[in-house]
Amino acid sequence: MVYTPHTDDDRRVMLRAIGVSSLAELFADVPEQYRFPDLDLPEALSEMDVLRELQSLAGDTLNANAVPTFLGAGAYRHWVPSVVDYVISRGEFATAYTPYQAEVSQGTLQAIFEYQSLICDLTGMDVANASHYDGATATAEAVIQAYNVFRKKRRKILISPAVHPHYRAVVRTYTQGMDVDIVGDDLIDTSLSDLVGQVDADTACVIIQSPNFLGQIEPLAGLADRIHARDPKTLLAVVTNPISLGLLEPPGSFGADIVLGEGQPLGLGLNFGGPYLGFYATRDEVVRQLAGRLVGQTVDADGKLGYVMTLTTREQHIRRDKATSNICSNQGLMALAATVYLSALGKHGLRQIAGSRRLRHRGLWSLLQRVRRPLPCPRRRDQRRAPGPGSDRPDSDRPGSDRPDSDRPDPGRL
Amino acid sequence: MEFDADVRYATTHEWARLAGDEIVVGVSDYAQSTLSDVVYVELPEVGDKLTKGEQFGVVESVKAAGDIYAPASGTVVAVNSSLEDAPELVNQDPFGEGWLVRVKLDDAGDLDDLLDAAAYQSLVEAEQSA
Repeated sequence: MVYTPHTDDDRRVMLRAIGVSSLAELFADVPEQYRFPDLDLPEALSEMDVLRELQSLAGDTLNANAVPTFLGAGAYRHWVPSVVDYVISRGEFATAYTPYQAEVSQGTLQAIFEYQSLICDLTGMDVANASHYDGATATAEAVIQAYNVFRKKRRKILISPAVHPHYRAVVRTYTQGMDVDIVGDDLIDTSLSDLVGQVDADTACVIIQSPNFLGQIEPLAGLADRIHARDPKTLLAVVTNPISLGLLEPPGSFGADIVLGEGQPLGLGLNFGGPYLGFYATRDEVVRQLAGRLVGQTVDADGKLGYVMTLTTREQHIRRDKATSNICSNQGLMALAATVYLSALGKHGLRQIAGSRRLRHRGLWSLLQRVRRPLPCPRRRDQRRAPGPGSDRPDSDRPGSDRPDSDRPDPGRL
Repeated sequence: MEFDADVRYATTHEWARLAGDEIVVGVSDYAQSTLSDVVYVELPEVGDKLTKGEQFGVVESVKAAGDIYAPASGTVVAVNSSLEDAPELVNQDPFGEGWLVRVKLDDAGDLDDLLDAAAYQSLVEAEQSA
């Protein structure tokens, strides 16, 4: 599908078709004072002047490519091979969404199909949807999916405090009109075992992050079994970093029912915080409750390969007021970027990148250890406890404390 | 089009066949032909309570998703699990193999409000000519 603006001829044909002689006549119903409102804009500038103005504004801003950035937490400055921008800039792909007449755009559907297949491979899951806005909204969709798997009969969602705080906030925003309790994350030192201990017959889902928000890799082996020992049906959702899956075993092989995360590391720039990409994969048994859309591969009447919208069971155009998600499309252009990125890298390339992340992580950790006392890795529960007997307030509250390290960060307060 | 004379019909196109203090519930031949090819049936679970007139399931076809309403109040005692793998039974045999749920009635009097085959047929004919 090619996207081109209308020519004067196109406009004439369309005006004639509806029996209107001119554009002015078409807009005759708009009250005159609203037709061309006075926008109070400055005088037009030449292209050269505009460029100079914009460059001067840009010069006031720090350039993330020129300075170290420690933002992290789902927003990483990875190298993006130029093939990514080349492919996603092609005119045929120049739309952020799945087109409304989806099957007309076979190339778009094929790209989504490839994307879904790559996400399934990475996560070790049966089925992936065409994507969500970002990792945070994908996490919220996991809550909604789990709630619907249990037909709204289970109200409790356990979420680890080591899940990205923004994701936990978005989960609460998304679900505020629903009858669910999002619990388990009120204490920072709640371990996965503590979380499992809170699973009961009213628990729809346990949500954890691996590697977690603090950069730790908590053991996933046996987690699903421990959850199911408390309740055999409770779902396990794992938020993950897709690059880490170049080295780590996919969460699907540990019995996760939903695997999701932020796809920004897959060939997307920092993009000023967005657009990003929420990837989302689940198991066949619960695919009916999967939000968003699924593209499938099939053959036409002549036996030729083709791609179609296969399943959109939770969307508004199928379910109207019974829809369980307001997702009616996907983050198409970003999913395409991730597809090109993963295809360009291949499995060995992804493994190399994951390996280099790990080396840098270790390098940074050992450097930081030289400046401060040992960093809390893994988390140490004892340091979050209340002051011991005989002390009525913590040392840090004591004015002029002469404790030699009182200016150092409390490792429990990460 | 078939209008089974042994069942009673809701205006929302479900049927109910009385057997002791239970009813078998399905959708009418007219409903399945209007929906066209059924691809998925979402049913309640055994033990669920149904309330007369309230939605308890969905029949999804290639062109629409139709809600199914309870023709009477009661408790689900069985669901037609063959529909999981063969939803087309709803099209092929709507009054037989394509049944949806069996419900133990709270009050057999609920059935009095349902239509007999003749009354339901006139309703369908009125709907078709509208």
